[in-house]
Amino acid sequence: MKTGNRACVTGDDFRNSPPVDHVGIVERAERFTTRSIKSITKRAGLNMVLNMIDLTTLEGADTPNKVRQLCYKAEHLHDSILGLPSTAAVCVFPPFVKTAREALGDNSLVKIASVATYFPSGHTTLKSKLEETRRAVSDGADEIDMVISRGRFLSGDYNYVFDEIAAVKEACGDARLKVILETGELATLDNVRRASDIAIHAGGDFIKTSTGKIASAATIPITLVMLLAIRDHYAKTGKMVGMKPAGGISKSKLALHYLVMVKETLGEQWLTNEWFRFGASSLANDVLMQVAKLESGHYQAAHYFSKD
Amino acid sequence: MAKKKSSPDWEYASAPETTAVNIAKRYDHFINGKWITPSNKKYFATTSPSTGRKLSEVAEGSKKDVDTAVKAARAAYNGVWGKMSGRERGKYIYRIARLIQERAREFAIIETMDGGKPIRESRDIDIPLAANHFFYNAGWADKLEYAFPNMPAKSLGVAGQVIPWNFPFLMAAWKIAPALATGNTVVLKPAETTPLTALKLAEVIADAGLPDGVVNIVTGAGETGAAIVNHPDVDKVAFTGSTGVGKLIQESVAGADKKVTLELGGKAANIILEDAPIDQAVEGVVNGIYFNQGHVCCAGSRLFVQENIYDEVMWKLKQRMDTLVIGDPLDKNTDVGAINSKEQLRTIKRYIKEGVKGGADIYQPECDLPTKGNWCPPTVFTNVAQSSIIAKEEIFGPVLAVQTFRTVSEVIEKANNTPYGLSAGVWCDKGSRLFQVTGALDAGVVWGNTFNKFDPTSPFGGFKESGYGREGGLHGLGAYLDLPL
Amino acid sequence: MKRIEVLKTYKLYIGGKFPRTESGRYYTPEGRGGKVLGNICQGSRKDFRNAVVAARSVAGGWGKRDPYNRSQILYRIAEMLEGRAAQFEDELKQHGSTAAAARKELQVAVDQCIYYAGWCDKYQQTFSSVNPVASAHFNFSVYQPMGVVAVFAPEKSALAGLLGTILPIIAGGNACVVLASESKPLCAITLAEVLATSDLPGGVINILTGNRDELLDNVSTHMDVNAIVASDLTDAHKAAIKANATHNLKRVIIRKEDPAKSESPYPILATQEIKTTWHPIESSIAAGSGY
Repeated sequence: MKTGNRACVTGDDFRNSPPVDHVGIVERAERFTTRSIKSITKRAGLNMVLNMIDLTTLEGADTPNKVRQLCYKAEHLHDSILGLPSTAAVCVFPPFVKTAREALGDNSLVKIASVATYFPSGHTTLKSKLEETRRAVSDGADEIDMVISRGRFLSGDYNYVFDEIAAVKEACGDARLKVILETGELATLDNVRRASDIAIHAGGDFIKTSTGKIASAATIPITLVMLLAIRDHYAKTGKMVGMKPAGGISKSKLALHYLVMVKETLGEQWLTNEWFRFGASSLANDVLMQVAKLESGHYQAAHYFSKD
Repeated sequence: MAKKKSSPDWEYASAPETTAVNIAKRYDHFINGKWITPSNKKYFATTSPSTGRKLSEVAEGSKKDVDTAVKAARAAYNGVWGKMSGRERGKYIYRIARLIQERAREFAIIETMDGGKPIRESRDIDIPLAANHFFYNAGWADKLEYAFPNMPAKSLGVAGQVIPWNFPFLMAAWKIAPALATGNTVVLKPAETTPLTALKLAEVIADAGLPDGVVNIVTGAGETGAAIVNHPDVDKVAFTGSTGVGKLIQESVAGADKKVTLELGGKAANIILEDAPIDQAVEGVVNGIYFNQGHVCCAGSRLFVQENIYDEVMWKLKQRMDTLVIGDPLDKNTDVGAINSKEQLRTIKRYIKEGVKGGADIYQPECDLPTKGNWCPPTVFTNVAQSSIIAKEEIFGPVLAVQTFRTVSEVIEKANNTPYGLSAGVWCDKGSRLFQVTGALDAGVVWGNTFNKFDPTSPFGGFKESGYGREGGLHGLGAYLDLPL
Repeated sequence: MKRIEVLKTYKLYIGGKFPRTESGRYYTPEGRGGKVLGNICQGSRKDFRNAVVAARSVAGGWGKRDPYNRSQILYRIAEMLEGRAAQFEDELKQHGSTAAAARKELQVAVDQCIYYAGWCDKYQQTFSSVNPVASAHFNFSVYQPMGVVAVFAPEKSALAGLLGTILPIIAGGNACVVLASESKPLCAITLAEVLATSDLPGGVINILTGNRDELLDNVSTHMDVNAIVASDLTDAHKAAIKANATHNLKRVIIRKEDPAKSESPYPILATQEIKTTWHPIESSIAAGSGY
C-alpha cells in the first residue's frame, strides 16, 4: 500500500521559498565528503547503493533487447558474489515499459520507472503529457519520472508548474511520481529550492535533480538544497518525500558521500530505496568492483563486470 | 571510540589516521640554529589530551635560556638578517612555506596528538593555512615600501612572541612569518601544553637554512613567557592569549619602549535575523562554537536569534548537533575532539555548572565519551539572560549561550554590550540590513553570512579588551615595523 | 580719562558650553616677562568625567557623518582661525613667541586645518583594502573611529601643536577631551571660542585646562575612554599611562614627532580601529556533476 504524497493547497507563495546561501551550501557539502567510510560501514553502504540504483537506459538507440539485458542485470548484478541485492528499478522510455514488464514479470523486486512527459525537454501540451503518463502506467510502470516546465518556471509562472505536476500526479494513479527539476537549467540554488517546494507541494513522491541529458547534472550541493526542502516539509507536515540525484554519479565513493549526506540531513529512515534513489547507468559496475575488492582483497578490472 | 547513538544502522566505522610520525623522546630549546639543553636541566612532559599518554618531554626555559635566545636573535639581527635585502629574506620564507607543505600530514597528526583537535581541522585548516601565512608574507619582504606609503619600512629588532595552545602551529606561523618578512628576528615560546609542532617548525627552519639565531624557540610555561616579554633587549612583544594575561603583559612592559600587539579573548555575538538562510546560519553557528572544541578566541559563543524564527533555528541547531561525531581526534570522522587540558576542562565544567545553576536550559547531544582523556560534549544553553555569567565571560569551550531579540537596534545594543570586541557574525539575506549591522558591531572581524573564516590576507584583531594591533594582511605588517608618528 | 580694559574670564569648554571648573580652583601661569596671564581654570577629575560624558554622547553621530560633511566643518575651522589671526598671534606672543614666530605658527595652524580637512574623505580610500582571500568571499578592511580619545596636548606648542594633535583625531570621526598645555593655555581657550561658533557639534572637542600630573591617573584609568594621544611626556608619565591603560586596554598613542611640524595621514589612522568584513560570493550552479 503506497502512501503517496498528495497535492495540497498550502497558501504558500513560492516566491517566498527560504533563501539559500550558495557558499554555505558548498561548505556543508564539502564536510560530507570528508567523511571517511571504512570496513563494515563501506560494505553495508555499497550494498545500499546497489539497492538504490535506478538502472537507466535513456538513449535514442534503445531497443527491446537492450532493455531486456538491462532488466536481467537489475536482478542479477554480479551472480558470482553472493548476497547482492537487486537494483531498485530500471528506468526506460515509455515505449519500453511493456518490454520491461514482460522481462521482469509481475513479482520482481525491481520496479519499472519510465520518463513520461516528453522527456527530456518537456515541450509539449499538457494533454500529451497526461496521455503519455497514463499509457506508461497502464503498460506496467510503477513509477513515473516527469520533467517540469523549466521555461515556465524561469518566467515566474510557478502556478503553471504546480498545476502541471499536480495533473501528472493525478494521471499517475497508484504509480509514484518523481519530479525532475533539471537543476542545471535553474541557474541558482534559490531556484532549486523554490522548484523543490513547488514539486513537493504539488504532490511529487520524489524530487529528482536531472535528466542526465545536459552537462550540468546532480551535485552534492544541489542535492543538499533539495534534501533540506524535503526536511522542512517533513518537519511541517510529517510527510516523507523521496530524493533522486541523477546524472554524473558513476563512482562508489561519491555515492557513499551521498548516503552520508542523506543520513546527516534527513536521518536513517531515508536510507532505503523507498526514499532514496540514484539515477545512474554506470555506477553499478563501479560499486560491484569495490565490493569484489572488499571480498577478494584484489583491485579489480572493468572487463570482469558485465557492461550493458 | 565514541559515536553518536542516533544512527544505529549505518554508523561510521573508525577511520584513524595511521601515517607514522616521528616524535623524539625529548626536545631541547632551538637557539641560534642549534638544539640547546636547558640551563637548569629541567624538562616537563607534554601529553595527549585525548588519551592522557605522555608524548614527549620538552625543555623548561629559564631566564638564562631566554637571555641566550634573545642574544642570539640580536646577533642575528645585527649581523645578518637586519641587513639582508628583502628579496633574499623573502626567499628563505618561501622555503619555509614549501617545506611545511611537504611535511603537512606529519605536522597535522602531531598537532592533533598534542592538542586534541580533530585531524580534519589540523589537516584541512591549521597546517595549510600556516603554510599560506609564510607564503603570503614572504612576498611582502621586498615590497614593504608599498605597504605604508611615505613611511620608512624600518624593522624593530628582536620580536618576543608568546602563543597559545588552541592553534599552536598556525599561531607560530601567524607570528613568525610577518616578523621575518619585515626583517625582525624572533624568540618564540609555544604554549606549555602544545609545544611539539613549534619544535617541528624549528626543524623546518633549520632545513630551510635560515641563518642561525633568526628564529629561536624556547619552551616553558608562564614564567618563560614573562622572561621573554620583559627582556630588556626585546623590541617587540606579540602575545596571543587570554585578556587577563595580556593585561599583565602590558602592565609589566609599560615602562619599557617596546611595541606591543595583543590578540586576546572574545565573546562574539552570532546574530540570526529573520530573513537569514537558516540552514546555513545553523551550520555557521556550529562552526562558530564547536570548531576546535570552542577553543577559539573569536568563537561565536553568544547566539542571538530573532524571536520569530527561534523555534526553527533551535530545532535545526539541535539536530545538527546530534550529527556531530565526538571522540578520537585522530579519527578522520571526528568533528569535536578532546579538551586541550585538564585545567581547561575544569574551567568549562565550572561554567556549565554555573549555567545550570543560573536557571538556563541545557542541551547536549547523547554521546559516549571516551573514558580516558579530557572530554566535553557540545553544549547549548537556552533561556539565557544577558547578565548571566555564561553570556558574559569567555568560556573557551564548546558552550553556546542563546538569547532572543525582537529588533535590529536591540540586538546591536546587546551584541556590543561586552568588554570584548574581537569578532561577530550576522546572518541576513537583505544587503542593506546586513551592512547596517556589520557596520554597527564593535568588532575587528565581522562575518556576514559566514563564520570563523581565516586567511593570511585578511587582517585579524580586536576592538576594546580583545586587544590591539592587527595580524595578517597588509595591515598586519604594521605590527612589526617602526612607524613613526 | 584712560579707558579701563575689560579682562577676560577663562573657562573650560565641555559639550559646547563654557562652564567654570566645578572645583572652583584656578592657577595663574605666567607669560612673557613673568606677566600673569590670568586666572586659568584648574580642571578637576569631575570636569574630565563630564567632558567624557559629553564626548561619548556625540562620538557616534560624529563618526557617522559623511566624510564630506566632516571635511567642510574642518575647513570652516580654518576660515574661523584665519579671521581671528590677530588674537591668536597676540596670545602666542604673550606665551613668549616673537611676532614672526607667532605669525608663522598661526599660518601653520590654519594650513593644518586645510590639510586634515582634505583627508576626511580620503584616508579611508587610501588605506582601506579589499583582501584577496583564497575562498569565495568578498573581504574588505576599513577604518572605523575608536570613539572617545583623551588628549594630552603638547606642552610647548600652544596652537600648531594643539591642532596638529586634535585635527587627525576628529578628522577620523572621533570625539576628544583635550587637556591643554598647562603653561600656554590661552590659544586653547580661544580655540574653544572658535569651535563654539564653527559648525563643529558641541562635545566633539572638549578642552580642559589644568595640571597634567593631577589628572593623569584619572584620564588614563577612565573606562569609557577608548584611546589616549599624548605628546611631551616624561618617561614616568608614559609608564603610568601605559600601565593605567590596561584597565580597559585603551589604546595609547605617544606622538614622537612634533605634531606642530609633522603632517601625515598616519596620525588619523592611529585613532582608528580596523574592521574586516567577510561575505560569501554566490556563483551560478556550475556545469558538471559529481561533487
